Amino acid sequence: MDFTNFLHMKEELSLIAVMVILLLYDVFGSTRSQRHFQLIACILFGLHTIINILPHEASEAFGGMYVYKPMLTIVKSILNIGTLIVFMQAHTWLESEKTVIRRGEFYFLTLSTLLGMYFMMSAGNFLLFFIGLETASIPMAALAAFDKYKRKSAEAGAKYILSAVFASALSLYGISLIYGTTGTLYFDDVASKVTGNPLQIMAFVFFVVGMFFKISLVPFHLWTADVYEGAPTSVTSYLSVISKGSAVFVLMTLLMKVFPNIATEWKAILYGITIVTITIANLFAIRQKNLKRFLAFSSISQAGYIMLGVISANALGMTSLVYYVLVYMASNLGAFGVISVIEQKTGKVMMDDYNGLYKTHPYLSMAMTFSLFSLAGIPPFAGFFSKFFIFAAAASQGYYLLVLIALLNTVISLYYYLLVVKAMFINPSDEPLAPFRSDNYTRISLVVCIAGVLLLGIFSVIYQQISLFSFGM
Amino acid sequence: MNLLSLFVAIPLLMLLGLWLSREMNQIRAVMVTGASLLLALSFGLLAAYLGERAAGNTAEMLFMADTVWFAPLNIHYAVGVDGISVAMLLLSSLIVFTGVFASWKINPLPKEFFLWFCLLATGVYGFFISIDLFTMFMFYEIALIPMFLLIGIWGTGRKEYAAMKLTLMLMGGSALLLVGILGIYFNSGADGQHTMNLLEIAQAGLPLGAQRLFFPLTFIGFGVLGALFPFHTWSPDGHASAPTAVSMLHAGVLMKLGGYGCFRVAIYLMPEAAQELSWIFLILTGISVVYGAFSACVQTDLKYINAYSSVSHCGLVLFAILMLNQTAMTGAVLQMLSHGLMTALFFALIGMIYGRTHTRDIREMGGLMKIMPFLGVGYVIAGLASLGLPGLSGFVAEMTVFVGSFEHSDTFHRVLTLVATTSIVITAVYILRVVGKLLYGTVQNPQHLTLNDATWFERISVVTLIIAIAAIGMAPFWISNMIHGSLWPVIEQLTK
Repeated sequence: MDFTNFLHMKEELSLIAVMVILLLYDVFGSTRSQRHFQLIACILFGLHTIINILPHEASEAFGGMYVYKPMLTIVKSILNIGTLIVFMQAHTWLESEKTVIRRGEFYFLTLSTLLGMYFMMSAGNFLLFFIGLETASIPMAALAAFDKYKRKSAEAGAKYILSAVFASALSLYGISLIYGTTGTLYFDDVASKVTGNPLQIMAFVFFVVGMFFKISLVPFHLWTADVYEGAPTSVTSYLSVISKGSAVFVLMTLLMKVFPNIATEWKAILYGITIVTITIANLFAIRQKNLKRFLAFSSISQAGYIMLGVISANALGMTSLVYYVLVYMASNLGAFGVISVIEQKTGKVMMDDYNGLYKTHPYLSMAMTFSLFSLAGIPPFAGFFSKFFIFAAAASQGYYLLVLIALLNTVISLYYYLLVVKAMFINPSDEPLAPFRSDNYTRISLVVCIAGVLLLGIFSVIYQQISLFSFGM
Repeated sequence: MNLLSLFVAIPLLMLLGLWLSREMNQIRAVMVTGASLLLALSFGLLAAYLGERAAGNTAEMLFMADTVWFAPLNIHYAVGVDGISVAMLLLSSLIVFTGVFASWKINPLPKEFFLWFCLLATGVYGFFISIDLFTMFMFYEIALIPMFLLIGIWGTGRKEYAAMKLTLMLMGGSALLLVGILGIYFNSGADGQHTMNLLEIAQAGLPLGAQRLFFPLTFIGFGVLGALFPFHTWSPDGHASAPTAVSMLHAGVLMKLGGYGCFRVAIYLMPEAAQELSWIFLILTGISVVYGAFSACVQTDLKYINAYSSVSHCGLVLFAILMLNQTAMTGAVLQMLSHGLMTALFFALIGMIYGRTHTRDIREMGGLMKIMPFLGVGYVIAGLASLGLPGLSGFVAEMTVFVGSFEHSDTFHRVLTLVATTSIVITAVYILRVVGKLLYGTVQNPQHLTLNDATWFERISVVTLIIAIAAIGMAPFWISNMIHGSLWPVIEQLTK
């Protein structure tokens, strides 16, 4: 065996190094030195992010099993930065009495799922893809159940593992049928052998439904709200941003690379799914009073908007999709950061608890408002630009009706985002949440998110860089 | 930096200044300095523009600047002005300037109020200087969202309902608009290189099929903001609940974004479809004009009266634009200016009266002329301008509009014109009714006898607006020539 093959997997190797160091440190580090565990974890992971931020030459390893393209560095870096922000926002929660002894596990589990996503994205073969998918799913269930002393958290873990395993099984069944009809599992070979016969369509449907579960598109979204509500807030934000972001990217590359021959069929499927997803998620989001459930439905609808980029199936769509994920990450983590710190300090997560928040917490309210406006697609925040580009991608293929429906849905979404803004700024409250000091980790992470929300759009250089790489896909 | 970009830069600097301000006087200093600078800049631009034209510069747009923004999509930050934009910028500056004085004692949270106010102004200015569809649309949306908080926090009455209704309806309009813009974009450019630049799109033309599809979307999209019937229902509630300066800016300038957009985007870029489909929208605007005027007659809340009157007057703007000839379009722009100024004056005065009497119901007030003569005279002048008295701006505008629309000799246009002209009479009815009830007659509430007349900062705002209204009314030709001279590209499009 040629061990130089491993050198192509720089990102994965450095991530594994970080995981191993943290694991050993957690087990063998003295109690005194472990006071700085959080700081060291963030620095180590930050280093990993920095050394992997520059793309290198496209390459293959293990006979095409593992494929590297410069675009992957962009996406992986986006996920890395997002994960880093999640780590920083998790600080308050991890330092709390019941969690502090298990914080090593939190990092190890989170990074395992990240490793799984890396493999999913870099896969050139269905087998590696499936291993990645599983690695990304199973530790996630443990994370969802991390606050195991809470009923809801345990429930979230159980729900997540059951639906994830079910989805994986469907995908695997689809893969086996694909293998049966094409005789190969390598993406390139499958692409040329997919002819669109009924069995292959069925195989494709099984396979893609598994992916839809991951991305939580309607009607495969039923686990989402409960899991988001029950899981610890940091895990929820990780789930809604990183996990979802990687899955949509993988879905788009797979559809474009492996199934171009049945594009008409999968475009038809996506067309329906997109409309249903956006509409249902938005209608359900209106009625939510718990902010975590609220953001769960909001993230389902955001996934629906991302599908507009997928359905366009061109370079513009790919650019818009990656850019959308980046902007969505900044905005959603901004919103989750605020929710997380308020939940940790006061235990409040209901929308009514936020009444009059602006009086006692002007900066947190502003951060939340900017993030929500960005999610709603209001300029000058970055969300406007990402929405515009993703709609442009769909319109470039003539999907004007779909764009119109999606846009009318953004009006509905604006309504419920404004409800939160209204609660914070307008609704009177006899006893707004008492002032507290948030820790530095949270502050830095929020500043980063808000800077992203404000600058990612106006500074077009980021979009242009992504565009540069996506045309090579 | 380009002269025009200053119009966006100054409000942004004001935002920064406000953010750093600690007390009320600093906030006022920032606002007054910024608003005065903007006003001076607008007059400077007017002089520079007239100078260039006098020197024989016949380019379609002057003071152009163009920077590539998003290269992959060929999106530019492109600015340029013609006579119409110059007029609109002047209007915006006048209203921002007077709006600052009208909200001199805003309470609570003055800093936040002016922050959102400046953001709104940024959007308005940016919209009028843009000649790139993307930039234009971005500024358009920037101008919409601050309204929610401005009405929701500082408004009166059913403010939460009104704020939500206004925001959602306008955003619904902009959803249609965005589809229209994307449609225009992907059908533009003959050689496969799509463009967002208005001038380039107009030059190359759009295929007729695309025009038929996207003209209604674009027109309705902008029309929602221009209070096009039946999408006008946000306007009365929104204006009635908004705080004074916001009503002024919204009715005075923001609604003009709708008319300007219909003209600059929908008709300029899609002239063939405009000619084919104008009849549908003419009927709708005809309804706006008459229905708005009739509704104003039965209202008892001063702000509602004025809001419905705005629906009627803004309907006339769209009505004139859809007549698709040079005279009527000149009238449309004049009407935008005239309505902007007088409705701002109305809302400013109503705000001042409400601040004293704490009621806006005309049945609970009377005889105010003797108690506050300054405000009373101001109200009469605004009313006379609104009903089209010669010598004030309303007459010039409506006269031009109706002369222009009478140029069409077919029955359809003649009948509609006749119907629309009846609004002049109805306007007179509701204006005189309010003036009579509010200012003359007996004092309804003895407590009103102790009220004071306008303070110095209120006078600044009222006098500035009256001067502007009279200036257009007395010497209309300099401005109507400027507008008239800038219409040839559109007319060329329509007749080619």
